[in-house]
Amino acid sequence: MSLLTIRQLKVAYGGIQAVHGVDLVVEEGELVCLIGANGAGKSSTLRALAGLTHASGDIRLAGRRLNGLPAHAIARLGVALVPEGRGIFARMTVAENLAMGAYTRRDAGVADDLTRVYDLFPRLAERRGQVAGTLSGGEQQMLAIGRALMSRPRLLLLDEPSMGLAPLMVGKIYETIQAIAGTGVTMLLVEQNAHLALQVSQRAYVMESGRIRLAGASAELMRDPAVQSAYLGA
Amino acid sequence: MLEFLRRPRTRAQARAAIILLAVLLAVLPFLVEAGLSRSWVRVLDFALLYVILALGLNIVVGYAGLLDLGFVAFYALGAYLYAWLASPHFGLHLPFWAILPLGATLAGVFGVLLGAPTLRLRGDYLAIVTLGFGEIIRIFMNNLNAPVNITNGPQGINLIDPVTIAGISFGKTQQLFGITFSSAHFYYYLFLAFTLVTVFIAYRLQDSRIGRAWAAIREDEVAAAAMGINTRNIKLLAFAMGAVFGGVAGGLFAAFQGFISPESFTLWESILILCMIVLGGMGHIPGVILGAVLLTVLPEALRYLGDWQRAAVGEVVVDPGDLRMLLFGVALVLMMIYRPEGLIPSRQRKREFHAEDGVAAQEQASLYDSRA
Repeated sequence: MSLLTIRQLKVAYGGIQAVHGVDLVVEEGELVCLIGANGAGKSSTLRALAGLTHASGDIRLAGRRLNGLPAHAIARLGVALVPEGRGIFARMTVAENLAMGAYTRRDAGVADDLTRVYDLFPRLAERRGQVAGTLSGGEQQMLAIGRALMSRPRLLLLDEPSMGLAPLMVGKIYETIQAIAGTGVTMLLVEQNAHLALQVSQRAYVMESGRIRLAGASAELMRDPAVQSAYLGA
Repeated sequence: MLEFLRRPRTRAQARAAIILLAVLLAVLPFLVEAGLSRSWVRVLDFALLYVILALGLNIVVGYAGLLDLGFVAFYALGAYLYAWLASPHFGLHLPFWAILPLGATLAGVFGVLLGAPTLRLRGDYLAIVTLGFGEIIRIFMNNLNAPVNITNGPQGINLIDPVTIAGISFGKTQQLFGITFSSAHFYYYLFLAFTLVTVFIAYRLQDSRIGRAWAAIREDEVAAAAMGINTRNIKLLAFAMGAVFGGVAGGLFAAFQGFISPESFTLWESILILCMIVLGGMGHIPGVILGAVLLTVLPEALRYLGDWQRAAVGEVVVDPGDLRMLLFGVALVLMMIYRPEGLIPSRQRKREFHAEDGVAAQEQASLYDSRA
């Protein structure tokens, strides 16, 4: 059974239909990306998945239906969202932010996971006592990813991790994403920067005006002339 | 004062400070009576009552970040419930220990009733709805004297039973162990006990899982939900917990005054309690206590302005009542300009109000990123 199965997902804001029936599958241990232009419905798909937006269709995590569940219940089932714009707790310290990530956990492994996150992001370890709002954009993105990892998620959702970052920082963030994928964490990555997303992911879905236009192995999509002209600027 | 307790140099010093504080609190009403007058002991009682109210509102506003301008409604509910169950109005005379939990429960239920429809609101919009709620309760109390007389309308309810513990009625002056205790003295110790319990609960809540969830919701509600926090229940809990303290304080107020009327529960009261929190330092317990004491004691002290005027120019030129409000306003404006985070702010609050430093630091760091 696939870890995540989405069938005929539809999202509407008032009368405006943002997502027109999306089908998407993520297998255990995969890094799948969802690329597309601004307004294609990528973030809406992700928000529906996290329970932040009302949606119709069928969303299942390891066979369990997620539709209609509130966001916190979905989070407790192991779906961690790194929201667009990072959504860190700006007035808490780095350490307090990471502790919030483990809010629902009561097991003994939290301290180990904290060490692991600090190993993954040495920058955060240096600044653990610093107020999160005073971090740079890239560090805030690291913190948001680290915080999501603290919940030990079954599925990690990343919403535009490259947004608003300096190119060097984007490179660093993507190195880390690859490192996290290497540890076996299943990820669904939403990204406008198709070039980067296709490089790190195994499979990709291309979204356009609320529909999936193309799907397949990332390496093949990179060679696809349609993708090249529309998204890779080749 | 409390700050000192939290950063003691040695354990012995901390213990000495606590003992000193305990002794001071124990003899304070006698010192005040000897040094000023008995009416000042009553002011002290009110200061404690406002500490309970301010700590209650602080849960909603300071911890959870929900701007509530109708807090006085819970105070009114607690007070009216006490009056109904312990006065000749309905001929009921239940003991105070039976009524206070009922008052707390009633206020808590109303807290949830207020919270449920306002879950999606924040900031100004929430303030307007809660303000309306406070006014609705007051107007109900003002008008529920016909066709069935429930609240006795604007005349209010009189002859409310004083608190009685171990056969000692707190309503009259009595000799105990050779010491004269006035009504105000008795209530001082009762209110002090309730204040200490409130402070204890407020600290425990702040450091609890619930306290962290409130802080997260205050910062970013979507992110809080993504952390697995049930934002709906946690927000309702903040409203209910705050309201419980309001309800208890209301019951104590009714017993202490012996008389209540809708006039005691105006919007001004809600704003005053909010001012205490803002002045002292939102979300920080020592700050809130200081704010409540200052804003209860200072207006009373300013009453002397009338006497001074008479002594200086032979007549009262400006009504001290007006002058008090003016000075009060000036003090708050000065606060907002020079110390917007409050007199004793929490660490987080301080960060928020000195955001410029943070922004500067962030820009510095971004430059560093682009070079890295």
